[in-house]
Amino acid sequence: MKNEFEKLKDSLSKTRKGFLSRIIGILGKKRKIDEEILENIEQILIEGDIGFSASMSIIENIKEKFRVNKECDSDNLFLFLKEEILKMLENSESFQEEKLGKKPWIILVVGVNGTGKTTTIGKLAYCYKNSDKDVLVAAADTYRAAAVEQLDIWRKRANVDLIGTQQGADPAAVVYDSVKAALSRNVDVLIIDTAGRMHTKVNLMEELKKVKRVIAKIIPDAPHEVLLILDANMGQNAINQAKEFLKATKVTGIVLTKLDGTAKGGVIIPIKLELGLPVKYIGIGEDISDLEIFEPKRFVEALFSF
Amino acid sequence: MLEEFTEKINIAFKKLRGLATINEKNINEPLRDLKRVLLEADVNYKVVKSLMEQVQKKSLGQEVIRSITPGQQVIKIFYDELKKILGNSTSEFIMRPNNPMTVMIVGLQGSGKTTLCVKLSHYARKKGRKPSIIAADPYRPAAAKQLEIMGKATNIPVFSRITEDLILSTKENIEDAKKSGYDIIIMDTAGRLHIDEEMMDELVELKQEVVPDEILLVTDGMTGQDAVKTAVEFQKKLDFTGIVITKLDGDAKGGAALSMSAVTGKPIKFIGIGEKLGDIEVFHPDRFASRILGMGDIISLVEKAEHATDRERELQKKLKLDNFTFQDFYDQIQQLKKMGPIQQILEMIPFGGKSLKGLKIDDKQFVKIEALINSMTKEERENPRIINGNRKKRIAKGSGTNIEDVNRLLKQFIQMQKMLKNFSRFGLKKFGKMQTLFGGI
Repeated sequence: MKNEFEKLKDSLSKTRKGFLSRIIGILGKKRKIDEEILENIEQILIEGDIGFSASMSIIENIKEKFRVNKECDSDNLFLFLKEEILKMLENSESFQEEKLGKKPWIILVVGVNGTGKTTTIGKLAYCYKNSDKDVLVAAADTYRAAAVEQLDIWRKRANVDLIGTQQGADPAAVVYDSVKAALSRNVDVLIIDTAGRMHTKVNLMEELKKVKRVIAKIIPDAPHEVLLILDANMGQNAINQAKEFLKATKVTGIVLTKLDGTAKGGVIIPIKLELGLPVKYIGIGEDISDLEIFEPKRFVEALFSF
Repeated sequence: MLEEFTEKINIAFKKLRGLATINEKNINEPLRDLKRVLLEADVNYKVVKSLMEQVQKKSLGQEVIRSITPGQQVIKIFYDELKKILGNSTSEFIMRPNNPMTVMIVGLQGSGKTTLCVKLSHYARKKGRKPSIIAADPYRPAAAKQLEIMGKATNIPVFSRITEDLILSTKENIEDAKKSGYDIIIMDTAGRLHIDEEMMDELVELKQEVVPDEILLVTDGMTGQDAVKTAVEFQKKLDFTGIVITKLDGDAKGGAALSMSAVTGKPIKFIGIGEKLGDIEVFHPDRFASRILGMGDIISLVEKAEHATDRERELQKKLKLDNFTFQDFYDQIQQLKKMGPIQQILEMIPFGGKSLKGLKIDDKQFVKIEALINSMTKEERENPRIINGNRKKRIAKGSGTNIEDVNRLLKQFIQMQKMLKNFSRFGLKKFGKMQTLFGGI
């Protein structure tokens, strides 16, 4: 068994050659789409966390496309592959930083534990503040120790105000206070932090529904934006997360965090295919300015790099 | 979703279960299904590939266990390979007595290191040790504060003084903890990316200076394919001693974490299964393999069936004498009952490759046969020929049945005896025909 592991380990620790050069290497010998090439593509797609089903449907499309003309060059194949995935992410492309149609524009931030909700809120607040908006953040994660303190440090960096309370308080109460404050202070944007919760915990998902109801009670069409924070390191379980959070809070978009590592975050493809949820922002570092608008083309390029 | 998953693996297993013989052709499709199941559980692509190769190789060269189908054996092989990859046996977190021990906790951002520190302290305290935690994350806002609050709430001392010189202040904190008599000293380090050279070097330096007894790599159980890269990098730099998988209280299969153990050869020591203090468990490879498969029951049935083979051999010896008695029949039924609900067992038994799904056999049918046999004397069981009219009446009365039932059983039993004589070997495989014979009862 040791030997098998050793071999496996070696193959994993080797720096992956670029997708293009790998495909060219194979095609150089054959110039023909065969099982070996398809298996290579399958590996790249699956290792990017795109998942089995989506990967298979991409490969089926390649087979179909090159069925008649089995001869092909790597450029063609590569181009086709990228277009296929871009098509899957369609509509995400049109997303621009949204014009705030309402005042206050209320953003609710949700997700499982440890995905980077609080950090993302710091970055978002900074972002809005930089475009001359009045921003208020609400610390409604009353569960995790020092969550309020953590958000407090971020909001100071962003130079915005915070509504908070102590650990253990009712999050709905904090949310209520913050929406009221947003109205009375006449701010442009209110960003609400919530506690990380496993999407399978019924009571915690109910709590989230209640938070949403409390907001809607004061401002009927709010929250205007519900952002689900997904860690790019996540595997296929992210699909379940998206499903459950969508059910509980009508998620409007995804923020894909931690893209500065080697994880590709490919799970957003099946999420887009199955649930139609677009990615809006990406997190690419620990600095307050490390938040960018999601660009499908760049995402697809990155999927095949490294 | 979880049901969906179990459904998929069920389909794969069903295809396997029906196979009376195994060859390269017919094993292909079910193995592909299983591959899919593993990939959807986030097991690393290369790990899956090597696992499936092993399963295929071993399946084609398998020794035959008589009481289960070759297809079921493939399932067993699959399960065993999965277990092997997970480390086969439980790797205990050993706390040496009478010696202060230092544990370094490392991992990516958001993997659950801080929560683990507190849980691990709780675990150690329950084992009679004196734990304390050292805060060594100067980067995440309010990280030390989080530890202080959690320490206070759980009554675990936290040494959280961090100066400009992280290495120095951590060493001082550890000395303080040792002097205060704490014997399990847990260091909570900052989350970092495995490709961040500077941050990784900081850990290497910390390791060199502190010389921890254990270094635990903490991984989120929901992680995807990239987990192996993280693990390999952390291993290269730190050569950690064990893995902890967190957040397994949801519906994540944790397949990525499984792969981490496979590629590094390091054992998984704990799993985190909730946000409460006690939500930490020692890792058991067999249970986790069942979790991945979502079908622990099938595996245990296969294992039971294997256990039962010894008894079966004994029975076979007897049956070779061409003298099948009611007592043997009765033993056979008891043997089956020991393995679980009869319907479930029969679904596992090959009936010439035919699926038994439509055939409803409930335990009641056997209850009737059992009752009838129970009402026979020892003599009658050994030699059914002596059962005359009076004896029939007594048996019917004793078993709460009627004469027709006794007659039917006798008739069918004699047919069965004849049939059995035609077979030199008799195993559970032929039980199907016996069942057909007794279909009317």
